Amino acid sequence: MSEKLTSRQDLLDMYERVRVLVDNKINYDPDTKRVISVCSCTGCASQESLELVDKLNEIIAQRGLQDRIHADITGCFGFCARGPIVKIYPDNIFYVQVHEEHAESIIDSIVNNTVVDELLYKITPREHAKHQNDIPFYGKQHRIALHKAGLINPENFAECIATRGYQALAKVLFDMNPIQVIDEVTKSGLRGRGGAGFPTGKKWSFARASNSDKKYIICNADEGDPGAFMDRSILEGDPHSVLEAMAIAGYAIGADEGEIYIRAEYPLAIKRLRIAIKDAEEHGCLGDNILGTDFSFHIHIKYGAGAFVCGEETALIHSIEGHRGEPTLKPPFPAVKGLNGKPTNVNNVETWANVPTIILDGAEKFAAIGTERSKGTKVFALAGKVNNVGLVEVPMGTTLREIIYDIGGGIKNGKKFKAVQTGGPSGGCLTEKDLDTPIDYDNLVERGSMMGSGGMIVLDEDDCAVNIAKFYLEFTVEESCGKCTPCRIGNKRMLEILERITEGEGTMEDLDRLERLAVTIRDGALCALGQTAPNPVLSTLKNFRDEYIAHVVDKKCPAGSCKKLVSFSIDPSLCLGCGMCARNCPVEAIHKTDRPGKNPRLMAYEIDAGTCVKCGTCLTVCPAKPQAIKK
Amino acid sequence: MRTNEEMFAELDAFIESVGSDPSEMIAILHTAQGIFGYLPMKVQKHIADRIGVNVSQVYGVVTFYSFFTMKPKGENVISICLGTACFVKGSDKLLAACEKHLGIRNGETTADGRFSITTLRCVGACALAPVMQINGKTYGNITEDDVPGILDSYMNRESAAV
Repeated sequence: MSEKLTSRQDLLDMYERVRVLVDNKINYDPDTKRVISVCSCTGCASQESLELVDKLNEIIAQRGLQDRIHADITGCFGFCARGPIVKIYPDNIFYVQVHEEHAESIIDSIVNNTVVDELLYKITPREHAKHQNDIPFYGKQHRIALHKAGLINPENFAECIATRGYQALAKVLFDMNPIQVIDEVTKSGLRGRGGAGFPTGKKWSFARASNSDKKYIICNADEGDPGAFMDRSILEGDPHSVLEAMAIAGYAIGADEGEIYIRAEYPLAIKRLRIAIKDAEEHGCLGDNILGTDFSFHIHIKYGAGAFVCGEETALIHSIEGHRGEPTLKPPFPAVKGLNGKPTNVNNVETWANVPTIILDGAEKFAAIGTERSKGTKVFALAGKVNNVGLVEVPMGTTLREIIYDIGGGIKNGKKFKAVQTGGPSGGCLTEKDLDTPIDYDNLVERGSMMGSGGMIVLDEDDCAVNIAKFYLEFTVEESCGKCTPCRIGNKRMLEILERITEGEGTMEDLDRLERLAVTIRDGALCALGQTAPNPVLSTLKNFRDEYIAHVVDKKCPAGSCKKLVSFSIDPSLCLGCGMCARNCPVEAIHKTDRPGKNPRLMAYEIDAGTCVKCGTCLTVCPAKPQAIKK
Repeated sequence: MRTNEEMFAELDAFIESVGSDPSEMIAILHTAQGIFGYLPMKVQKHIADRIGVNVSQVYGVVTFYSFFTMKPKGENVISICLGTACFVKGSDKLLAACEKHLGIRNGETTADGRFSITTLRCVGACALAPVMQINGKTYGNITEDDVPGILDSYMNRESAAV
């Protein structure tokens, strides 16, 4: 029953016809049909949220409530730590950790106009948040890239249109020439959200300036930074915004074809993109003669196959062409010679997701948000040792303290904050002293890290700085494509040094050697992967040199995480003599002594350091308070 | 069980649908791995012939990308996420528990062909860290103590081979 939209008026007519779908969710009216929106993205779906939707609709059908209530899927709310998330529109009631067994009570509550108190987020044991905005997690957030995620059903084209979908594309096709489009994006101050933060408008202007019979647009959806998942959530929650933005850029630079390069590990995002492309083509919003104009734009999906280096533009292009994803020297830049040797513009998913809003609401509005040199918002994937793990979108210039403490709810289990790692394998650690720095591209680089794609891993006192640096280097060594020597061999040598240090075999000369190697690799590697690979080492060396020295000189791991440098012992004055540790020890390294413990009638136990495999089981089972086992 | 001919026929149908185009190599390899479970030399040679490139080129692509494998996988594929978020939450302990319980190392398959252990970099479910997937089903927020129970639940299932 799809209709082809062949003019701007057709699009606006459809918008007027279907906008009620979303207006009914936003504007409160006690008599409108209730929508139970259930997050259906990877995080919540792996906790059976899709089964929950089926169950809800089954109950609705059984009770004959189809005219009053409807359960539907939606995109990511970001509060993944408390998933599956359910929101009731238009009452704006927000439920956390909802499972199938709660389905009946949710339906009951809607029928009776009440709230299921046990499913509300608890700010304190007494204070329960009824609405989304009451939750501190959302207090400082501002959604642009994710503004439709959680509001619409991403597989429903009408809901996309109802949220002004494809109106930005119509605006550029009918009201603006390509130069004006690029000017508007330039004026907005939008910078690339995938890593280095290159000004998007400028990038488009380079591709426009290249003369060619054929040009390409590429969407980089090869989200390779382990610990970042905003691109996946955008594609799962609002695929049309990305498609629309690619078409806008196609019009601006003179391209008629677009490729989305996406990780094969993201099956749900791929499925939603396929649905979205098909719907948009059927409705004349993509494909030939878009909205009746002579502008045509076709989008294809290309799979990645698990190579971090393919996030680099030139490597990505080689991969799309069916080759090994090895980078090549720039220049020539893709804007001059890219896919199939033709001028190509590559932007990442989050960058694309901002474009329709900029065009529709104007560059000024977008540029009013953020800091002087970084405009708009940034989505961060907050993870690690923080209470509220999830996706947060905040204005540029928000401080780390606001993100980790106000939004993230502080460090898990009351532990002490140690550092936050931003920028993934290319970034670095920021510490206590950086917490009040307003986050933008330039401030992060100045402090020895980078924005990267927006991964934000919080570390606590139990995390060892040397071990974290080693973790990232293991990643880089595995992902290095092997084309250039500094990256292939240099990083391997650095990793070997770090392995030595964490095993207590490092020397002070090793620290100097690490620094020298790091600088050589940074200056000599072919592409950004190699050039930035030493960053985690350099930044931990700068911020946690004491910890490196403790490993090298004292042969101790202060965080207690490097196994070879940890030893376990039992404090006889605290030992209850219960024998729990000895019974649970997998290698029988714990024996009873003939010396009394805390209780003079029971003998204390001791650990034979030679047999001990440092598994830590004794530490977890020791019932004494304070614990008798010492690490 | 499908015959070899049937599997090659399915692969050929796909290659034809993309016009035997060498730039579709990665999509073809994805499809081939889906059909055969892995990419033995025989399959790589076949693809090279069909799209008109040297087999060395196909081999170069297969060995470059971590998604492709030349070793057959077990009936149940266990994937442990070693992304940063999972790593700091102790996913290395999940891996160790799997290795211990099954008596094989990461990248290996049990002698009876029931289980393979692999690792991957981030499934994007960081809120559930540490995460382990078995045949695509995600187990989140688990500890090494949960691992034996989860694995045994697959051990006792009837063999899926038909």
